Amino acid sequence: MMRFLLLFSRQGKLRLQKWFTPMSEREKKKIIRDMTTMVLSRQPRSCNFLHWKDLKIIYKRYASLYFCLAIENQENELLALEVIHRYVELLDKYFGNVCELDIIFNFEKAYFILDEFLMGGEIQETSKQIVNRCIESSDMLQEDDSSEWYEVELFG
Amino acid sequence: MPAPIRLRELIRTIRTARTQAEEREMIQKECAAIRSSFREEDNTYRCRNVAKLLYMHMLGYPAHFGQLECLKLIASQKFTDKRIGYLGAMLLLDERQDVHLLMTNCIKNDLNHSTQYVQGLALCTLGCMGSSEMCRDLAGEVEKLLKTSNSYLRKKAALCAVHVIRKVPELMEMFLPATKNLLSEKNHGVLHTSVVLLTEMCERSPDMLAHFRKNEKLVPQLVRILKNLIMSGYSPEHDVSGISDPFLQVRILRLLRILGKSDDDSSEAMNDILAQVATNTETSKNVGNAILYETVLTIMDIKSESGLRVLAINILGRFLLNNDKNIRYVALTSLLKTVQTDHNAVQRHRSTIVDCLKDLDVSIKRRAMELSFALVNGNNIRGMMKELLYFLDSCDPEFKADCASGVFLAAEKYAPSKRWHIDTIMRVLTTAGSYVRDDSVPNLIQLITNSVEMHAYTVQRLYKALLDDISQQPLVQVASWCIGEYGDLLVSGQCEEEEPIQVTEDEVLDVLEGLLVSNLSTPVTRGYSLTAIMKLSTRFSSVNRIKKVVSIYGSSIDVELQQRAVEYNALFKKYDHMRPALLERMPIMEKTATNGPTEIVQTNGETEPSVVEPKHPPPVTQPANQANDLLDLLGGNDVVPVIQTTLPTKPASAGGELLDLLGDLSLSGIPPMIAYNKNGLKIDFTFERANPNPNIAVITIHASNTTEADMTDFVFQAAVPKTFQLQLLSPSSNVVPALNQGTVTQVIRVLNPQKQQLRMRIKLTYTHKGSPVQDLAEVNNFPPQSWQ
Repeated sequence: MMRFLLLFSRQGKLRLQKWFTPMSEREKKKIIRDMTTMVLSRQPRSCNFLHWKDLKIIYKRYASLYFCLAIENQENELLALEVIHRYVELLDKYFGNVCELDIIFNFEKAYFILDEFLMGGEIQETSKQIVNRCIESSDMLQEDDSSEWYEVELFG
Repeated sequence: MPAPIRLRELIRTIRTARTQAEEREMIQKECAAIRSSFREEDNTYRCRNVAKLLYMHMLGYPAHFGQLECLKLIASQKFTDKRIGYLGAMLLLDERQDVHLLMTNCIKNDLNHSTQYVQGLALCTLGCMGSSEMCRDLAGEVEKLLKTSNSYLRKKAALCAVHVIRKVPELMEMFLPATKNLLSEKNHGVLHTSVVLLTEMCERSPDMLAHFRKNEKLVPQLVRILKNLIMSGYSPEHDVSGISDPFLQVRILRLLRILGKSDDDSSEAMNDILAQVATNTETSKNVGNAILYETVLTIMDIKSESGLRVLAINILGRFLLNNDKNIRYVALTSLLKTVQTDHNAVQRHRSTIVDCLKDLDVSIKRRAMELSFALVNGNNIRGMMKELLYFLDSCDPEFKADCASGVFLAAEKYAPSKRWHIDTIMRVLTTAGSYVRDDSVPNLIQLITNSVEMHAYTVQRLYKALLDDISQQPLVQVASWCIGEYGDLLVSGQCEEEEPIQVTEDEVLDVLEGLLVSNLSTPVTRGYSLTAIMKLSTRFSSVNRIKKVVSIYGSSIDVELQQRAVEYNALFKKYDHMRPALLERMPIMEKTATNGPTEIVQTNGETEPSVVEPKHPPPVTQPANQANDLLDLLGGNDVVPVIQTTLPTKPASAGGELLDLLGDLSLSGIPPMIAYNKNGLKIDFTFERANPNPNIAVITIHASNTTEADMTDFVFQAAVPKTFQLQLLSPSSNVVPALNQGTVTQVIRVLNPQKQQLRMRIKLTYTHKGSPVQDLAEVNNFPPQSWQ
């Protein structure tokens, strides 16, 4: 399973944190510090895999954001790269040419998308279209809140 | 009260802060506003406030006062509220807070909500952070949803079930009926999560695994699904660079791996599909390689036929030539795993692997180095060693120690000749001498001693190396030792292997004295050179010069040197007749197992001499495997039954239980005692007389731990005065569990023929909360009955 996913900028500012196992605030802060230090100090053309404690850390940089995914030892690293890429694609489709600012100002949407793609440290949905449709429908439901329509089943 | 500012506005404002202090001030102001808003129980803006709180939490500020508000949001009817509420719960709450249990009822209601997106939120939250209690309470609801025809909910329920099983493994059984027709779904999301669920069940329970193999015929089903994925044409919904749903493919391959492991029938059933995937998958992009990688791992783990295995290794060999670093890295890691079982197949790729030593990437270099060492054998030792020594010359310092140890180990196992062996060692010492491990020095000395015919050559090469460079301590130490031993061969120019050099006794002594005064020499090195100089007094004729040097160091500030010099002086003055015998050539030492960088020699039961201070008499201990010898010496007594301590899994009141145990155990009427009690570690001694020999006291130590963290790598050592003999049997374990949840026991047998008062010194080493701890103590409070 995946253990955690972190997004941070080149200056080490955290933009998203998803933890798939329970951990204390202190542990989380320490892990964030360790990850940002380790990943930001890597040479530009190194391989994207690191070892940290008993986990494999997969990281990839997209523009100004680093995506850092921790997986257990028996997981497939090359596939983890695809997982990160898929999440970026989902964000890109939703925001239209996504950039760091989109994720800063709409962090809750980034989480909602993530929660339709991954769950409990595993992949939940492998189809891009289905994830996008679910998010759109949920957004519609939010709008309907203000117009007092609650029970709208859209796109099944 | 004005409406609280919107989330966007807050983010924008905070981002304008130019210093950390300014940001903190803004945050504090906003938090205060949010707190008052919460106090007013304002439903309209609660959602907005919690969202702002989550943003500030991400920046690293405390947000715990929003936890209850999240619960209120979850309980709201509005979808917007629920969305933010559940998100807040996932970010701010976890099972450590009691508050989280209040969610259970909300989640239960939402699992039955009429809107699937609300049900989805509930499932997601439960599946991400549900505690064991919550999982127990709601497992039934999850199981119900696992059987629904709504694929959106079904896939979420499947992953939720996975989480429930991880938290409460006993509940696995209840999900079994629902798994029956999961794989006949067309929806990929459901298929994927179902495979994850089945994998989790098979990994956790061998019974489940057997059930799925035989009764459910899982393998043919999975093979069919995989085949469809590969053979089916372009599917826009699942396509990734020309491959249909790689995520599902990889997951199926992984489940096949588990099903096929150690099972001939299953392995045979999947043979064809594995070969098909291995040969047909497109390798131009990372996706294809990810699938190939998983396929290789599966082939290697199941009982595949040899043709398939060779195919797998060849795939890895092709990976090694790939431009993509990640793929090269993954190939090296996999080859490392298979090199033991498929050694010959991996050997075929040796040259490619050795080329990877020159890769620029640090992770790849390390893997290549480990794999190279694994591939060294008697046939390729010369060629491989050349490459590895070249690597040692040019690699980063972080590799040098491991590489040097690896070279020594390989050289020892496969050296084609003694001369080659010495040359290799010399090369390592001269190029990476300061990175060589400390234990290499005695190992090398032993090796050199045993290569009798090479002594002259060795000492000559070492002497020449010293002339060049005296900064690398291991080199200098080995060299001094050799010169001390074989200096006579050096000056007499007896070397056969190469051109003997002309060197006088004075030149040699100059070099050794130079080591003594040089700032580059460590105290240990100085000790070596002083002793070497002394040894030359029986090999050289210039004894007076040596006497002078030795007497000078009699007043050295370094205590170790001073002691040596004083004793050597005494040797000259009062015990000159003994000197030749004492400084004789070293005999050939017995070969003991070399400790490689990864081997750890367990010496449980032996006390290291360094534990005891020089003044006290050396301890006499017997390792556990000599138990029988000891008993034979004492007249072949039957072993007294080892006193069993239970390792209770229930916590607390263990203190009371320990006392009960001790109560039961004073069979011999000798009262138990507390031998050590410090930093949460308590060691009790209980006694028994060994029948029928009354001179042996059998002591059982009970180690218990009152702190909240386990003490791991726990080692107990003991030493007794000269008149006693001690035998330490194996301990029950080397982890002392926290909070008195169990004890480690170990039996000591003390032979006390002279019926002297029993005294003992104990040394305790363990790891606590990640740091090593060591302590020495003296035990003097033995009850008189134990030794009288």
